[in-house]
Amino acid sequence: MTGYIIRRTLWIIPVMWAVATITFFLMHAVPGGPFDRERELPPAVMQNLNRKYNLDKPLHEQYGLFFWDLAHGDLGLSFRSANQPVTDLIRDGWKVTAQLGVVAFLYAVVFGMTLGAIAALNQNKMGDYLGVFFATAGAAMPSFIIAVFLIIIFSVKLGWFDVLGWEFGNYRKMVIPVVSLGTLPAAYIARITRASMLEVLRQDYIRTARAKGLAEYVVVLRHTMKNALVPILTVAGPIFAFLITGSFIVERIFAIPGVGRRFVDAVFVRDYGMIMGIVLFYAAIIAVANLVVDVLYAAVDPRIRYR
Amino acid sequence: MERAEAAPTLEAFPEFEVRRERGLWSDAFRRLIRNRLAMAALILLTAIAILAVLGNYTDVVQRYRPSAQDFDVVNEGPSAAHFFGTDSLGRDNWSRVLEGLLISLQVGLGVQAIVLVIGLTVGGAAALGGRLLDNIMMRITDLAYAFPDLLAIILLRSVFFGRDLPGVGHDASQRLLVIFAIAFVAWVTVARLVRGQMLSLKERDFVLAARAMGASPFRIVFQHMLPNTLGPVIVAVVFGIPLAIFAEAVLAFIGIGLPPPTASLGTLVNEGYAFIEVNYWIVVFPAATIAVLMLCFTFLGDGLRDALDPMGR
Repeated sequence: MTGYIIRRTLWIIPVMWAVATITFFLMHAVPGGPFDRERELPPAVMQNLNRKYNLDKPLHEQYGLFFWDLAHGDLGLSFRSANQPVTDLIRDGWKVTAQLGVVAFLYAVVFGMTLGAIAALNQNKMGDYLGVFFATAGAAMPSFIIAVFLIIIFSVKLGWFDVLGWEFGNYRKMVIPVVSLGTLPAAYIARITRASMLEVLRQDYIRTARAKGLAEYVVVLRHTMKNALVPILTVAGPIFAFLITGSFIVERIFAIPGVGRRFVDAVFVRDYGMIMGIVLFYAAIIAVANLVVDVLYAAVDPRIRYR
Repeated sequence: MERAEAAPTLEAFPEFEVRRERGLWSDAFRRLIRNRLAMAALILLTAIAILAVLGNYTDVVQRYRPSAQDFDVVNEGPSAAHFFGTDSLGRDNWSRVLEGLLISLQVGLGVQAIVLVIGLTVGGAAALGGRLLDNIMMRITDLAYAFPDLLAIILLRSVFFGRDLPGVGHDASQRLLVIFAIAFVAWVTVARLVRGQMLSLKERDFVLAARAMGASPFRIVFQHMLPNTLGPVIVAVVFGIPLAIFAEAVLAFIGIGLPPPTASLGTLVNEGYAFIEVNYWIVVFPAATIAVLMLCFTFLGDGLRDALDPMGR
């Protein structure tokens, strides 16, 4: 097991290198440079800026310099945001993005599992049909579409929540962004929960549990839910990654100053340092989320053995 | 079912000998037709597609030019003159939604057409082309999974932004480049699927039998293996359509979709957000259109999956 974790962790390094390389050449292929303005800068200023950020060097040298700095834990300076280090900017945005992502994750898991469990326990009855319909419909509902209707009904018409902004702990600013972002994964989790609970409910040990007269809630919570968790756990990693990397849409709608919005802004102004930093940051989150889930998976299901 | 319980003898099935053998495809087709939700989605999609074509090429349905401005009717709600109301510049939302609808359909179908070609080629090559090729292909797909999809699409789109393809004009090449940017990221799932299917089919008895009978490799692949991979591939491709429509809407939503005045549904939603407290009708119709499109393709994909893979559930 330890060997497996070490090997998986080491494997992240070549993956990150490849991601960085692709991003590097892609962003340098974007037409225009980071210092193009509506009003052209004087040539001397351009020259100095280019020298400061190594943009006057050939591409392969820039590439080498980038990895040299990266190996020293330095992602460089943002080309646009008044010379701030990229790592500082990401750290500022990450606080907000992580709050949004984690709350949306909890909402998706709790809501999705409840819905899936209700559907499974009422198989082929009304609750099941409603649950399945929601799960299918919700899985096709991107955040910016849900947000439209939530804002119109609950902010504009009823005035319950705010239209813009994010403030941790203030429900007026949290509910709509979280529900918009988390509903698609909730629907996905509901679908998986239903399928895996139906599978478990057919097992002999559930019949045994019922036969020995256990209360229904004990059968459902302790014997069914716990065993149905394993397939849900496998998708938890990708879903967490989806919530973090997909949050830029919600951040844009509600003017939330997270990492995702900074990425979109950076692409627009060709802020090479920020683009690179954020892509690497996201790739690392995806890799770590998947690793954590695989390890948890083995812990939950002792039948799984990694070599 | 009932008959089987009544009398399990051959005479009890009068139609057994008369009935013609049904193939996989006609069986699947029957199951699809019996799925009411999928059929409703299919009918609705056909109607929407016809509406989108008529709405872009006939004046009767389109009624106004999507970019024509009329400052007497700014930010109005739905009315008989303007079915979906007007936007902040007095443009007719009905004609603009129809324009966006056609773009969404073009992108959804165009992306999946490319994905199908690349996916079959790459997946097939990985499965049949030997170990080295397979290893290279699989490392590429691993990498694609490590890279956040939407970020890759955004980067690719900005690489293409403002450039034109030779020989097809500005508007058409921008549409094609959006399609390429999405397809370039989306092919991985289908390629992996084709590879898996092909690898397992390669070991099956009927392929061995065909090989023993001296069928050429070409015939084995195209006559025996390819048709058997198509079921799951079709399902994956149909499920990919709403994802492609979504990806295009996201690009347009953050402002790097098609250049103005062409407006796709994502652009309309983006512009509508700015006026959500003034006139929410501007954002309601394009948002609802995206929702209906994505729902219909998802329900259709669901129906196809159940029809083509009856054991799956």
